[in-house]
Amino acid sequence: MSRRVSPKKVPMAEQPPHERIGNFREVPLGYTPEQAVEEAKRCLQCKDPPCIKGCPVEIDIPAFIKLVAEGKFKEAALKIKEKNALPAICGRVCPQEDQCEEVCTLGRRFEPVAIGRLERFVADWERENGNPTDIGPPAKRGKKVAVVGSGPAGLTAAADLAKMGYDVTIFEALHKPGGVLVYGIPEFRLPKAIVEAEVEYVKSLGVEVRTDSVIGRLYSIQELFDMGYGAVFIGIGAGSPMFMGIPGENLNGVYSANEYLTRSNLMKAYLFPKYHTPIKRGKRVAVIGGGNVAMDAARTARRLGAESVYLIYRRSEAEMPARIEERERAKEEGIIFHLLTLPVRILGDDRGRVRAIECIRMELGEPDESGRRRPIPVKGSEFALEVDTVVVAIGTSANPLLPRSTPGLKLNEEGYIVVDEETGKTSLEGVYAGGDIVTGSATVISAMGAARKAARAIHEYLSERG
Amino acid sequence: MRVVEEGERIPLTLYDWDPEGGTISVVFQEVGKTTRLLAKMAVGDRILNLVGPMGLPSHIERFGRVVCIGGGVGVPAIYPIARAMRLAGNEVIAIIGARTAELLILEEEMRSVSDGLIVTTDDGSKGQKGFVTDALRGLLESGLKADRVVAVGPAVMMKFVAETTRPYGVKTIVSLNSIMLDATGMCGVCRVAVGGRTKFTCVDGPEFDAHEVDFDLLLDRLSQYVEEEKIAALDR
Repeated sequence: MSRRVSPKKVPMAEQPPHERIGNFREVPLGYTPEQAVEEAKRCLQCKDPPCIKGCPVEIDIPAFIKLVAEGKFKEAALKIKEKNALPAICGRVCPQEDQCEEVCTLGRRFEPVAIGRLERFVADWERENGNPTDIGPPAKRGKKVAVVGSGPAGLTAAADLAKMGYDVTIFEALHKPGGVLVYGIPEFRLPKAIVEAEVEYVKSLGVEVRTDSVIGRLYSIQELFDMGYGAVFIGIGAGSPMFMGIPGENLNGVYSANEYLTRSNLMKAYLFPKYHTPIKRGKRVAVIGGGNVAMDAARTARRLGAESVYLIYRRSEAEMPARIEERERAKEEGIIFHLLTLPVRILGDDRGRVRAIECIRMELGEPDESGRRRPIPVKGSEFALEVDTVVVAIGTSANPLLPRSTPGLKLNEEGYIVVDEETGKTSLEGVYAGGDIVTGSATVISAMGAARKAARAIHEYLSERG
Repeated sequence: MRVVEEGERIPLTLYDWDPEGGTISVVFQEVGKTTRLLAKMAVGDRILNLVGPMGLPSHIERFGRVVCIGGGVGVPAIYPIARAMRLAGNEVIAIIGARTAELLILEEEMRSVSDGLIVTTDDGSKGQKGFVTDALRGLLESGLKADRVVAVGPAVMMKFVAETTRPYGVKTIVSLNSIMLDATGMCGVCRVAVGGRTKFTCVDGPEFDAHEVDFDLLLDRLSQYVEEEKIAALDR
């Protein structure tokens, strides 16, 4: 049976660039119910759907989309929540183009089904129409599990374990739960009210969240066992900012992306002085890096009033790890891309403040160990950009705080926790880990996938112990 | 610590603690928005957020003779260190200083945890006239053998303590007061250069070898937000 399918996704309205650079509100505005139904009808409802395998948390995608097409939004929400406790977040920040949508059958000929937009629609609809998801509290097992960190991994592990009947406590170092979802990803990409609502949902499953609790300082992992927790899941993220090691990096006005974004997002420095945490509102800002975090920092700088924002990346755009969507939005907002450009030093004034960044042009050579063509400096091509703020967004490394205070926890040479890939089991009995503290910087959804596996393994471990 | 929902997170140093009673004591000076808000609180009020203890514990062992130096609001921070050093079997000589007599705090408490106490004020209104570094230099010049010096105070004071002990080769430890945001090693605002390498005060410190610390960089970095601090102060 053949039917006519629109070759393109139903477009989603968004704030126009000239408008959005003046505010921190969300850029894409989401589907209307009519648009969602129309888009959902594009789904071919494959018998052996590849999209489910493309999803790290194995959402039954065709099933929820079918429910959307039938206008059964509440049922669609329930269907998603069988597998994903954080759909409004994933619908926004998952790289669907590399996952479910990449393998979508429709995508072989046309644009794939807008699975991410539909997930977002369903989650938003559910939130706005009261939370109808009531799976009822499961039978309690009378066993306690501690989850360290309340980012995507911690929330997922906690939700899964709570649904299985465990008493789960999340220990969060910061004053707000959400991890990278609250300190890292900006409001204009992921509104904090949405993170709060999804954290509330996890709490509604019976999960206790204890903020201001730094494990490794307040309590050690061993002390958590002493307190009666039968197992511990570590999902603390990578978290330690990397710098380039070039001269001038400690000048005033040089930020790690973590600092810049934490000031703006978690501490709401963009509302200074109503909020008391300051941030430099640079007029000319250089952001170093080519990932999603670099895009977030550049677009934040623009919204903080920068006239010129330069994105400096040592490879070409083809090698950039940032999502195409984020790159396009950054360009629309007037971010100037300096590709094949490597910063060599940051120059300061007599008061130790940034005044310029010196760079060298690069050309691409042979592929390196990552398979991407290695950038090589072009002799004599140095040039300087006058800037007053520099944001270093070249990635993170493992935060040593918890590992250092946990004897016997096996780490790899880079300081990440060594685990069994299928179970998240660490070298310590009853201790599991997942997310960036295992893999290094990755995506929200891959952390969630790892947390799901670990939650299953924790359940097996605790069941065996009786 | 964060006092109100709109508030900044600021680092404070413990002065004392009582695990049985479940209390901690801090001494702070009203210097900015947050400390002023804190000062306005009354007995029974709740602080919104408190997290800790952060950083690595002080390195305490039996060294022999230890000179403990506290300047201004650094005195409450050196107090528990002096006490622990003495409990570990060290001879503790304490030097505490302030601008003027009425700003001098915890003199009796410091006396109770040291074998000898020298008080200095910049204006000579109490104890020796001059800086703590003058008293320290006096001790070292008189031939006093110190096995270790620990100093907590304003960055400038710690810088000059480092310069005073350097010629004598006395191992000197300072507790740095960098700007912090999360204090868990996540943001790097507290970075300092120690022995030419970048360290984070919050997770690698706060105590470092004074002879390795780049104090000029620390001083520059402490001045990062002076303009914003003024704006915040004006905002009611």
